[in-house]
Amino acid sequence: MTDLALPTAAPTERAAAPALSARPRRSLAYLQAAPLALVFVVFLVIPLVLTGIVSLWEYNEYAIIPALTLQNYADVFDGCLSADLCTTLRTYLSTVKFVALTLAITLPLGFAIAYFLAFHIRSGTVRMGLFLLCTIPFWTSNVIRMISWIPLLGRNGLINDTLRALGLIRQPIEGLLYSDFAVVLAFVHLDTVFMIVPIFNSLARIDRRLIEAARDGGASGAQILWNVILPLAKPGIAIGTIFVTTLVMGDFVTVGVMGGQQIASVGKVIQVQMAYLQFPAAAANAMVLLAAVLLMILGLTRMIDLRREL
Amino acid sequence: MDQPRGRAFYLLAAVFALYVLFLYGPTLTILALSFQGPSGGLTFPMNGVSTHWFAKLWEGVGVVDIWAALRRSLALGLVVMMLTVGIAFYAGLAFRKGFWGAGLVFALAVSSLIVPSIVVSLGIGLEFRLLDDAIKALAAATGWGFLQDHGTLMGLYSSALGAHLTWTLPFGLLIMFAVFNRFDPAYEEAARDLGASGPQTLRHVVVPILAPALVGVALFGFTLSFDELARTSQAIGGRNTLPLELQGLTTTVTTPEIYALGTVTTAVSALVIGTALGLTLWLQKRRARRALAGRT
Repeated sequence: MTDLALPTAAPTERAAAPALSARPRRSLAYLQAAPLALVFVVFLVIPLVLTGIVSLWEYNEYAIIPALTLQNYADVFDGCLSADLCTTLRTYLSTVKFVALTLAITLPLGFAIAYFLAFHIRSGTVRMGLFLLCTIPFWTSNVIRMISWIPLLGRNGLINDTLRALGLIRQPIEGLLYSDFAVVLAFVHLDTVFMIVPIFNSLARIDRRLIEAARDGGASGAQILWNVILPLAKPGIAIGTIFVTTLVMGDFVTVGVMGGQQIASVGKVIQVQMAYLQFPAAAANAMVLLAAVLLMILGLTRMIDLRREL
Repeated sequence: MDQPRGRAFYLLAAVFALYVLFLYGPTLTILALSFQGPSGGLTFPMNGVSTHWFAKLWEGVGVVDIWAALRRSLALGLVVMMLTVGIAFYAGLAFRKGFWGAGLVFALAVSSLIVPSIVVSLGIGLEFRLLDDAIKALAAATGWGFLQDHGTLMGLYSSALGAHLTWTLPFGLLIMFAVFNRFDPAYEEAARDLGASGPQTLRHVVVPILAPALVGVALFGFTLSFDELARTSQAIGGRNTLPLELQGLTTTVTTPEIYALGTVTTAVSALVIGTALGLTLWLQKRRARRALAGRT
């Protein structure tokens, strides 16, 4: 996850290879890439196309009926033109609120940590060790990491007990667990790593001589940060933001567990409809979610030329 | 950068320390609480120290066969790991040579990371349901005996496996890109000049050099699969993986048993991560030793 550039064959190698052996090696490349392409076609492209098709089908309590209708989309946006907001719009607003809050915390936090690792740690080994320290929890179970907040945030949890022992509060604070606060906390807990890694990657590639040149030119620390480092960190920031945005937009597990199954989210709506076997309705919601996420990403990529940066 | 440590350093160091505490603190809390005494509850204080809840976990959690779920997750994780290493490695080789449509395949890999997991999961679920419907229709139309009691194609090693690969392969591919970017093709040329065939070069030159990175890909493959939840949720038949069972248990289990389960799963992940990191270090050391030995 460090250098995300498409590797290209070294020109010398290609020139040196005799023309005869070049052809079979080329066809070998197709053979070697085929399994990967096949997995994505069977488990990503076809499923998405089918979701699009099924979202246009009718259904009743027993079965889905292959007959074209726009009713599912009409149901998704039912009542959205009236004065008070429809359920879908309210759910999206709630989810977007979580995205905004999570980004507002993970972005500065992730940047600060990546900056600390990239610029303040001098030894490469220490830097790698601290970097691993930040990423190891990414390889453990998310659900366990959510559950682990219960003894801290619960009604008789460590935080309430400590505050009571200190005499700061009389009654335990109720809204610590199973609330918007808990959901955002869990998102920050789980997703900051997705900011740290790409931003660190961008920062590590900055030529140190640029910073020295800026300092020699008389720039202050803040000016260097704002005019030199931040623009060069943009690709990392954009990739991190895209990751966090899609993770929060499509989430249904964190909102479910940390919200005490009481808070609505788009992912949860889809999950519930699947459970009730309302496949076309779930498919329509999934298409709307996908469109919303893609629009948000499109907005973000306007910030930078992502293709060139990758 | 070689100035004395300024105020910024200490401020950022404090932020970093607090973040690490925030990252590990809660997990360490439940590790401690899983050794809660028999009369203890979900929160502090600890009422004695015991392995009571592990013993209860060993007997099983209610109606859920948690050990079967653990075995399924382990088995699936291993299969996903092997496939991820194999497929990503060969794809990495192909991308290095370049082929028509490389950009498209790369775009697919990136999309696979970006499309929300619930959408991927639902899509795969629908795909398999439609396949089942098609097979049943075929059975009814043809009357072929072997199709008559078709249940479902959905399962651990079909739909769930595919769902996991859409999540592990992009990571594996990105690692292979990073690795091949730094790989010096001179080694391969030297092997070829000495008369090695393609497969020989791969086996005796490329794979040994890339071994640490391949271990890394294996680590990603196993742990991401072992803990995968969102993509599996709609793309698995009746029998759940461990994370799915865990998610269900969060609403029903109100004893430290669930912490004990958390400790067990974290231990499995930690064991895998530790093994992988240790193996990488060992491989690098061995290579360094061999390089030194070769020079003298």
